Amino acid sequence: MTAIPIVEAKGLSKRFVRKPDLAARLAGKLGAEVREETVHAVDGVDLTINKGEVVGLVGESGCGKSTLGRMIAGILEPTEGRVLFKGRDRTTLRGRDAKAARLAVQMIFQDPYASLNPRARVEGIVGEAPLFHGLVSGADISAYVDDMLMRVGLDPDLKRRYPHQFSGGQRSRIGIARALAVKPEFLVCDEAIAALDVSIQAQVINLFMDLRSALDLTYLFISHDLGVVQHITDRVVIMYLGRVVESAPTVGLFEKAVHPYSQALLSEVPRISTTKRTFHPIKGEIPSPLDPPPGCHFHPRCPHARERCRVEVPVLKPVAAGREAACHFSGMFLNQ
Amino acid sequence: MRSMGPPALEVSNLKTHFFTKAGIVKAVDGVSFAVAAGEILGLVGESGCGKSITGFSILGLVDEPGRIVAGSVRFKGEELTTASEERLRSLRGDRIAMIFQDPMMTLNPVLRVDTQMVEAVRAHRNINTAAAVHLARDALADVGIPSPEHRLKAYPHELSGGMRQRVAIATAFINKPDVIIADEPTTALDVTIQGQILAEAQALCARTGTAMIWITHDLAVVSSLADRIAVMYAGRIVETGRTADIVSAPLHPYTKGLIGSVPSHNKRGERLTQIPGMTPSLLNLAPGCAFRTRCSQATQMCLAEPELADVGADRAVRCFHPLLTEAGA
Repeated sequence: MTAIPIVEAKGLSKRFVRKPDLAARLAGKLGAEVREETVHAVDGVDLTINKGEVVGLVGESGCGKSTLGRMIAGILEPTEGRVLFKGRDRTTLRGRDAKAARLAVQMIFQDPYASLNPRARVEGIVGEAPLFHGLVSGADISAYVDDMLMRVGLDPDLKRRYPHQFSGGQRSRIGIARALAVKPEFLVCDEAIAALDVSIQAQVINLFMDLRSALDLTYLFISHDLGVVQHITDRVVIMYLGRVVESAPTVGLFEKAVHPYSQALLSEVPRISTTKRTFHPIKGEIPSPLDPPPGCHFHPRCPHARERCRVEVPVLKPVAAGREAACHFSGMFLNQ
Repeated sequence: MRSMGPPALEVSNLKTHFFTKAGIVKAVDGVSFAVAAGEILGLVGESGCGKSITGFSILGLVDEPGRIVAGSVRFKGEELTTASEERLRSLRGDRIAMIFQDPMMTLNPVLRVDTQMVEAVRAHRNINTAAAVHLARDALADVGIPSPEHRLKAYPHELSGGMRQRVAIATAFINKPDVIIADEPTTALDVTIQGQILAEAQALCARTGTAMIWITHDLAVVSSLADRIAVMYAGRIVETGRTADIVSAPLHPYTKGLIGSVPSHNKRGERLTQIPGMTPSLLNLAPGCAFRTRCSQATQMCLAEPELADVGADRAVRCFHPLLTEAGA
């Protein structure tokens, strides 16, 4: 297990700065105080993903999980930090290596409606990238597209159709076929099943698991649905306001979460139960990333917060074998 | 145990059809159920099964080309399908309230929270503004909004999604209605916020004796909240019963498939038991059991339309081949 990780993020940060608009600039000229608004979407995240692993990235909306996923997929440029693909920084690669590294990481998007070109036929959507990158010759492309569609459980006879002629579940299969068409090794799935109905969700989850074993894929599975994450991932990374608060093997995490936020999040997982339950929700809401609280970001909502949490930022440190948590009192929670 | 007293709301054989150019869409096709005071009924189904249209039909909110073509909706014995628009108006938001999936649909973006909530009170009750503001503040506090005095002065865009939904719920509860219809109110929210809203809805129903119809696609949410569940498929209720009975021993193959599709119920890493195929289009739906094309139990018999038949206490299923339970019920 000393192999080089397939993807490694080192100190990855992304800041979005909103430039002052005209009114604010005018007000500034007249002597008013103008503040640039900065959102720390992702704040110094380290993440290692090994070949063949399925890693779940979990958090509430606005915690930066999609931004992190996009940086890893290479769609967004990080403000700080590096993404290593098989040990090599993608930005330093040139020529054929750079292209291979880019193609090896593909992304599957949340919205099966918005992520497909409504004016392109399915054969174009799936076949364009492999043709452009010279993975398949023009003569073979038709058979290749058929092959890809069959792989995701779609009838190749439907390839002359447009996206609007398909249902949500079928569209998400088209999105998966498009990603697979360039023979990736690593897929970033950003809420890839969130928009689907329960019975269709189960079909797509099964498809993801089948493809993983058939094609030896590695996944970063971004989701807010903890039930799904528990089902298919090997390891879970939990984010809160741009930082990783806990990273642990799935089984261990669902048995016992160390960070108070993880504990709260896991206790809210809706489960099918035969009895009515009383809900004990955590108080408050995720604060604005424009103005995050000092110290530990979670302290205003944390039932265990002490003085230290208000001033000192906890670092992500190992707490047990394969487990890391960013909490000053992680040792206490682990042994509870 | 819960069926004491007459039901707060009784729907029987409700049919709401949409007359489109392409044909008739039977969105709701013979739906019957009842909710008692203080009871929470979970109406579960996938998109397009007619669960939302059922909710809209109760309040007379179905727009053209849709029309209630048959059946009755009785609120405390009063027929609503034939009631005048004036009468429905006086009931809506007062005796029967609705909570929508998107709180921005309920809230007027250009009015402050207090203006909207006071309007909801004063439309139905003859009290002065100060008293109405007082009620609004209490309602906001009841749904767990911190510093309600300040939130009353806010505009909807100044609030987060969870806060907006709380305002919508507070507004629905403000006149202490007898029935609340909640249409996927937590679907757009994060799990921690969803937990908070579920907790508050549960407590409010228990405290005020309001009957609630919780419409959702999420069986997991409803199983921990509702007293009874009705499962809808293609415009019809296919199974109904007490939550514990339905979840532990589903009789209809579709219900069983839905439960099997939820990951947390299955063993980790194993393939989920999926339902093959997809929900049929409700346009020109063929006669017979709508689920037969996806059903492993289907036979020739299923070409005919099964009736919703009573099986045991407070339990009914619409299937010729209901699944056997271990108890042999």
